[in-house]
Amino acid sequence: MAECHPVGFQWVMEAKARGATVVHVDPRYTRTSALADVYVPLRPGTDIAFLGGLINHVLNEGKEFREYVVAYTNAATIVADDFRDTEDLDGIFSGFDPERRSYDPSSWQYEGTVAMPAAGHREWWNGAGSETASSGRRPPARDETLTHPRCVFQLLRRHYSRYTPELVERICGVPRQQFLQVAQLLIDNSGPERTSAFAYAMGWTQHTVGVQSIRAASVLQLLLGNVGRPGGGILALRGHASIQGSTDIPTLYDLLPGYLPMRRAHDHQGLDDFVAGASSRTGQWGHMRAYLVSLLKAWWGESATPENEFCFDYLPRVTGDHGTYQTVQGQLDGSVKGYFLAGENPAVGSANGKMQRLGMSNLDWLVVRDLAMIESATWWLDGPEIETGELRTEDIGTEVFFLPAAAHTEKDGSFTNTQRLLQWHHQAVDPPDDARSDLWFYYHLGRIIREKLAGSDDEVDRPVLDLVWDYPTVGDLDEPSAEAVLSEINGWDASGRPLSSFTQLADDGSTACGCWIYCGCYADGVNQTARRKPGAEQSWVAPEWGWAWPANRRLLYNRASADPAGRPWSQRKAYLWWDEDRRAWTGHDVPDCTTTKPPGYQPTEGASGVDALSGTDPFIMQADGKGWLFAPAGLTDGPFPTHYEPQESPVDNLLHTQQRNPVRRVFSRRHNRYHPSGGASGAEVFPYVVSTYRLTEHHTAGGMSRGLPYLSELQPEMFCEVSPELAAERGLEHLGWATIISARTAIEARVVVTSRMASLDVAGRRLHQVGLPYHWGHNGLTTGDSANDILSFVLDPNILIQESKVATCDIRPGRRPRGAALVELVESYQRRAGIGPETGVSNERG
Amino acid sequence: MTPVLQRLLTSWPVSRQLLGRDRLGRGPAARSSHSAQLSPRTASAQEVVGSICPYCGVGCGQRVYVQDGVVSQIEGDPDSPISRGRLCPKGSASKQLVSGPSRQRKVRYRRPHGTEWEDLALDEAMDIIADRVIATRRSSWEWEHEGKRTRRTMAVASLGGATLDNEENYLIKKLFTALGALQIENQARI
Repeated sequence: MAECHPVGFQWVMEAKARGATVVHVDPRYTRTSALADVYVPLRPGTDIAFLGGLINHVLNEGKEFREYVVAYTNAATIVADDFRDTEDLDGIFSGFDPERRSYDPSSWQYEGTVAMPAAGHREWWNGAGSETASSGRRPPARDETLTHPRCVFQLLRRHYSRYTPELVERICGVPRQQFLQVAQLLIDNSGPERTSAFAYAMGWTQHTVGVQSIRAASVLQLLLGNVGRPGGGILALRGHASIQGSTDIPTLYDLLPGYLPMRRAHDHQGLDDFVAGASSRTGQWGHMRAYLVSLLKAWWGESATPENEFCFDYLPRVTGDHGTYQTVQGQLDGSVKGYFLAGENPAVGSANGKMQRLGMSNLDWLVVRDLAMIESATWWLDGPEIETGELRTEDIGTEVFFLPAAAHTEKDGSFTNTQRLLQWHHQAVDPPDDARSDLWFYYHLGRIIREKLAGSDDEVDRPVLDLVWDYPTVGDLDEPSAEAVLSEINGWDASGRPLSSFTQLADDGSTACGCWIYCGCYADGVNQTARRKPGAEQSWVAPEWGWAWPANRRLLYNRASADPAGRPWSQRKAYLWWDEDRRAWTGHDVPDCTTTKPPGYQPTEGASGVDALSGTDPFIMQADGKGWLFAPAGLTDGPFPTHYEPQESPVDNLLHTQQRNPVRRVFSRRHNRYHPSGGASGAEVFPYVVSTYRLTEHHTAGGMSRGLPYLSELQPEMFCEVSPELAAERGLEHLGWATIISARTAIEARVVVTSRMASLDVAGRRLHQVGLPYHWGHNGLTTGDSANDILSFVLDPNILIQESKVATCDIRPGRRPRGAALVELVESYQRRAGIGPETGVSNERG
Repeated sequence: MTPVLQRLLTSWPVSRQLLGRDRLGRGPAARSSHSAQLSPRTASAQEVVGSICPYCGVGCGQRVYVQDGVVSQIEGDPDSPISRGRLCPKGSASKQLVSGPSRQRKVRYRRPHGTEWEDLALDEAMDIIADRVIATRRSSWEWEHEGKRTRRTMAVASLGGATLDNEENYLIKKLFTALGALQIENQARI
């Protein structure tokens, strides 16, 4: 955090100055470690084993926050009797289909009812018929003594019973005493008087078990009562200025704005079937129809009528995984012909750069919009495959357009930061020459396309021609008004008045709103995101700086900051409480619940939406209002997080014969081969663990940093970090060159020999790591090989994130070969390791 | 000590550092008649614009100083309750991001099988790109997949959005969805 979010880290240091204990768990010793009280190096890819060990320890010691757990989580809920755990089935859950490599999650449900997930995969019930509309009709069976053998609490205890300190030591390489020290610190700092927070970034998510890592932290934090309370939580440290915003208003294939699911192809599915299948009758999602209809009205305006289901048919349908790695395969296979890149540099920033570049070389046309001439625009001229002879410029048929983008100082607009805060940046100057904002580009592209299609009576073109696309433009450049777009995102009523809250949204077409969770950001026709009341002139929650979704609530699920009766758990941690005199919730923040719902409220028979949740249900997005220790739906790879080894690992899975996440997405193809793992023959050819990371002085794939003189001077060259032990083992010299080799390619880097890279004792052997920053490519003021080139496509099955944070490799002294000799080197390694199309594809060890 | 000698002596920074209060030589001791007349670029700026750092997700406040129509300096915003005026090395260097040597200012075009970049007018580029989208969409249009209605094109894809504004992401999603293009992706996974 000190490295990649330095200014955010000031608050960790503030907390430390007030007596907080800072624990840093990371394979690499960084500036964060230097400032932490406890530094714990662990093997990359073993976070679930570590967190599972903490869960087991909390349960064994009886240190869960019992009143919170019983009232606010699903610990008491009884699970159906056909559920089988990984502990019963040697590493898989019930419902596994080995042919399709997927789970049927129906056996994971609560007894006697169907609970819809608030997020994640909702398609299992989507379109399955009207039966799904009954979801949540009657409350699931509960045992508040937490002793029923099939209650979530007992299932959880059993699932993690083998995650002992001894096992954590063998899997993670964390000495038992150190693990116990962390466990004790966490327990001592949780409860009514104190809270603990977890902060994480890609070290937890870029894995084939990425989503389950976060789930494991959620389970632990719910057990300790650290969610929905000040100083608690699980904080995602996001790495781009508006990466939060780009999921809220998703440029993602499987979502519509506000986390509404994208349509999937089903037979005979209309708007009502879709809403019934994708939402829950109870909880916040019980209002999904209003959110969806208002979105369709924002997009198709007058054309969207009740008779045509508000143009619901205009939405394209999903039929499987269509993430960015599938898109690249579509390029290679010839189905994807045209590609837009807007401020992203996949030739450097995505896994397996060769696949990225070969994919682009098979396009008909490519449009690149960026501030600088990035590698994803120039691979056809001077990319690594041109050097090796795998591609020849003259043979590449891709037509490439480079359009310069405007900088943040040259346009109005809002970013959403990592804490869900929308902040407006004002235009200071005009963009130079041909540079234009992306607002300009996409508005005018749409305008030109609509002009060219005008008059078409082809049904294919109706969604384009019926689109509301009339934003006012200003100035010599005809720049569209960003405030006009923000006001559409906020929404308006039938008379055109700006809405102030998503509670005003209607499902009859009388309101329009481009993103329901952002409704209120333009309340009263005022740009709330541009509020800049100085922090020193307001409370510590700073509610008048910017605007947070939803409804300017700064801490989600803050109902949980009070006990079931509505009193603060302790005065020290008071945040929100029930005021009996005013009959309302009050406190330091906007309540994340119905403001006038008393703690003793019980829903009436047949209540729906948030009215169906009781006064003690803080997790309003969930159908049952509870924090899910056990996820009966929504995840593709199991209701409990389970330790699996990474796709490429030097060791066998010590827990079960299932080596890897059985439903991870693998793509074994010519330029994307996998290494053997553990005890399998050939694994010794790639004996080291490699991980990638960022530096303080550069940004992601370098497009915004390698062209800056100051930053290039501060971090002038690609390097690798190795421990003194590994340097001795391989003859690597400090400041000399090394070549890092995988089955994908080999790259070179300057060697930094440092004890910052821990060598660990894992499963009875000494394990060495290679650390690689991933910022470099061949353009800019500072150049070097790209770390991502040595990684493979292998994905988490829930959200299709790539496993960038762990793989295996070899390293040797000296620079890499040039030209065709580089390809020969990689092929010789593949032969030595016996790598073929089947290597690493199965789930079992090997 | 004569007044002349004293003036001479105090004009020497080392003596001021040794004899005065500024023993570390970071303040008055280091000042010269030249440096006393200097003023920061921020002082002469004609306009100060509120902004937000474009790098990571913390969202530090920035103040953008403008002089004669160009960005003359970018500083941290002390009013921000998030950053309290601080910026990291990247945020501090962001004036070079917006006005540095790596900034591309002109449209560049590479024709199929071409071996070098060519010039292209922005209007012309927009027109050609619109034609490419229309033609690719039309030739790849898919009403059904395995017997089920899909109403889409799988031939046009897009990547990027996490560095853009919310309003920009909104227009991308809205336009491409209306075009039936499904594979709209960015840096984020959720």
